[in-house]
Amino acid sequence: MTDIGYVRSDIVDARPAPNRTSGPVAWMRTNLFSTPFDTVLTVLGILFLLWVVPPLYGFFFGNAVGPNGTVEECRMINAGACWAYISSEMEFFIYGFYDIPEQWRPNIVFALGALLLTPLLIPRMPFKRTNIVLFLVIYPILSYFLLAGGVFGLKVIPTEKWGGLLVTLIISVIGITLSFPLGIILALGRQSQMPIIKTVCVGFIELIRAVPLITILFMASIMLPLFMPQGTTVDKFLRALVGVTLFTSAYMAEVVRGGLQAIPRGQYEAAESLGMGYWQRMWFIILPQALKHVIPGIVNSFIALFKDTSLVYIVGMKDLLEAVKTKNDSALEWQSANTATTGYLFAAMVFWVFCFGMSRYSIYMENRLNTGYKR
Amino acid sequence: MLTSIQTARQRVVVLSGPRETLVGSETQGQKTKGKKMQKALVSIAIAASLGLGATAANAAILDDVKAKGYVQCGVTGGVPGFSAPDSNNVWTGIEVDYCRALAAAIFKDADAVRYTSLTSQERFTALSAGEIDVLSRTTTWTMSRDTQLGISFVGTMFYDGQGFMVRKEDGIESALDLSGAAICIESGTTTELNAADYFAANGMEFNTVVFVDQDEVVKAYEDGRCDVYTTDSSALAAERSKFANPDDHIILPEIISKEPLGPSVRAGDTAWFNIARWTYFALLEAEELGVSSANVDEMLGSDNPAIKRLLGVEGEFGAPLGLENDWAYQIVKLVGNYAESYEKNVGPATPIGLERGLNALWSDGGIQYAPPIR
Repeated sequence: MTDIGYVRSDIVDARPAPNRTSGPVAWMRTNLFSTPFDTVLTVLGILFLLWVVPPLYGFFFGNAVGPNGTVEECRMINAGACWAYISSEMEFFIYGFYDIPEQWRPNIVFALGALLLTPLLIPRMPFKRTNIVLFLVIYPILSYFLLAGGVFGLKVIPTEKWGGLLVTLIISVIGITLSFPLGIILALGRQSQMPIIKTVCVGFIELIRAVPLITILFMASIMLPLFMPQGTTVDKFLRALVGVTLFTSAYMAEVVRGGLQAIPRGQYEAAESLGMGYWQRMWFIILPQALKHVIPGIVNSFIALFKDTSLVYIVGMKDLLEAVKTKNDSALEWQSANTATTGYLFAAMVFWVFCFGMSRYSIYMENRLNTGYKR
Repeated sequence: MLTSIQTARQRVVVLSGPRETLVGSETQGQKTKGKKMQKALVSIAIAASLGLGATAANAAILDDVKAKGYVQCGVTGGVPGFSAPDSNNVWTGIEVDYCRALAAAIFKDADAVRYTSLTSQERFTALSAGEIDVLSRTTTWTMSRDTQLGISFVGTMFYDGQGFMVRKEDGIESALDLSGAAICIESGTTTELNAADYFAANGMEFNTVVFVDQDEVVKAYEDGRCDVYTTDSSALAAERSKFANPDDHIILPEIISKEPLGPSVRAGDTAWFNIARWTYFALLEAEELGVSSANVDEMLGSDNPAIKRLLGVEGEFGAPLGLENDWAYQIVKLVGNYAESYEKNVGPATPIGLERGLNALWSDGGIQYAPPIR
């Protein structure tokens, strides 16, 4: 008996899809060469990459002088980026003129900041309230005394000596943490029914928004001393800090106002009908909804602030970018064709890392808070 | 951005003029105007005159400086050789040494200095507003600055001037041989005007290759797009030090403009001005008398009366300045004399590699000259 039948007892294995519809060739057909125009674009794109990538790779890695290289290598005709220069001047880029034996102090400040900020940013971590108090109250005070010295036998380091990434980070962290609440208050004030408060807030916001940051800093560094009695000086660092914070808070106020306007009137009325007072209404009902809407705008302002910190060179502070520029001009022992370029690349990379980090975190937060309606 | 800074600078120059004038004109205004605005003006005038009152009250800068315990010195953002961070991130340079000398004379501690990095726009305001005690920031001494900004120049730490750099292989030895040569130059600068004047005055053909940016100029010269590069001679030297083969280039001896760079102090405080000025003179006098940081202690026993007076062994030259009698000894001991500072920061042995030239002492063919201490 042979088992002959026309009903199959087992299912035939699925054949692979024809090459025309799957696999790399098909993917390329649909995505890269689907029309003659696409084909032209693809070819041009590939040519562009071939033109750009190898020299870039050569500059950044292939021909680059590593962190342990010497200036002689950097001066060779075909040398690429001079990373040795960065590693050699790293201290200045991070701490500025901060006394070298005292650099453990900023290091502690950096470490503490990271230690306190990380759990604050991770929603799962407990003890948020303690964490916030530690980060917003205890940490700034501690950092100030640690950095400036003058107590507990710590050597006094005047702010003129602070510099580099240290200044960039201090100004942005303080600017961000102060301008956010200030912006919210200004936004609420602008919507207030009380004429004086409203006028003051509108006046402040419109005044600050109408002037470029560079002008505010310029005013602070050049005009302010003329108005004050001789001998009284306000620390330059403080001036820059106040200027940057006020500037960002005005923008922040407008961003928050956008969020407030997106909340339907019914929400305000519902909160009132529950018998809540003004601050309760804002705190529990309105702001949580309003701020959620404007996270991208808020983070936008933060990123702008972070990058704007480089304008403090106007008051003679050496932030990261200015520190790099100073060394580019003055470190004669490191002069070579690519030294300055490498310095600027380094600064760009540091700025990019921080800004990109903020941007990614904001996207994460948006998704997490996007509980009401997804768009 | 540049334009706004330029305009702002002009405004500042106007504003940093004597404040008495401003207040005075407002006081006169009170007589003619009589409305609400006047009240505001009056209060501004009062506030300003209070400010001036305070000025008069604490005009003694030396007392302020002694009270706070350090000299606040305005420096550049980083010009190698003059004031720039060294590899240990400490300010160094010939202008920094001047501030250190000042601190040495007052406190016997050359490190009792705090440095304020200033942009060229804010430097004069910072000085006249009292944020800094002395401005030592590659500032050219000009008549308008000396007479209109409420500041006084102390002396010339460094005689700079515009020069020319050429390739050694071209065999040019004098700027007078440059007729028709292609000159790399930055457009819209006094450099360009100075060069044009010089070529016209000497009846030479002026042939320029103009660029907007200093870096482009240097690059063009290095790439051989022109035969000559011209700017201030100290900057020429600094740029040359960055070339692949600095020895292939020479700086011609002719200097075609005057750029005396020197420290300045707030006008009106003669006592402080004297300290600032004699600190500078002490640096020169020490060099002239052969007193250096290495031999200053031996020199205390010298028989030369000039040295005795300088080092405070003989005579009373500290008290009139409000300083100890060994003020100049401390300067030489802790900072050195002018030659030491010059050689260490900008001299031929440094990457900047500038010969003394005009900055040599008068006795060595230069024009650095200090009045005698007697």
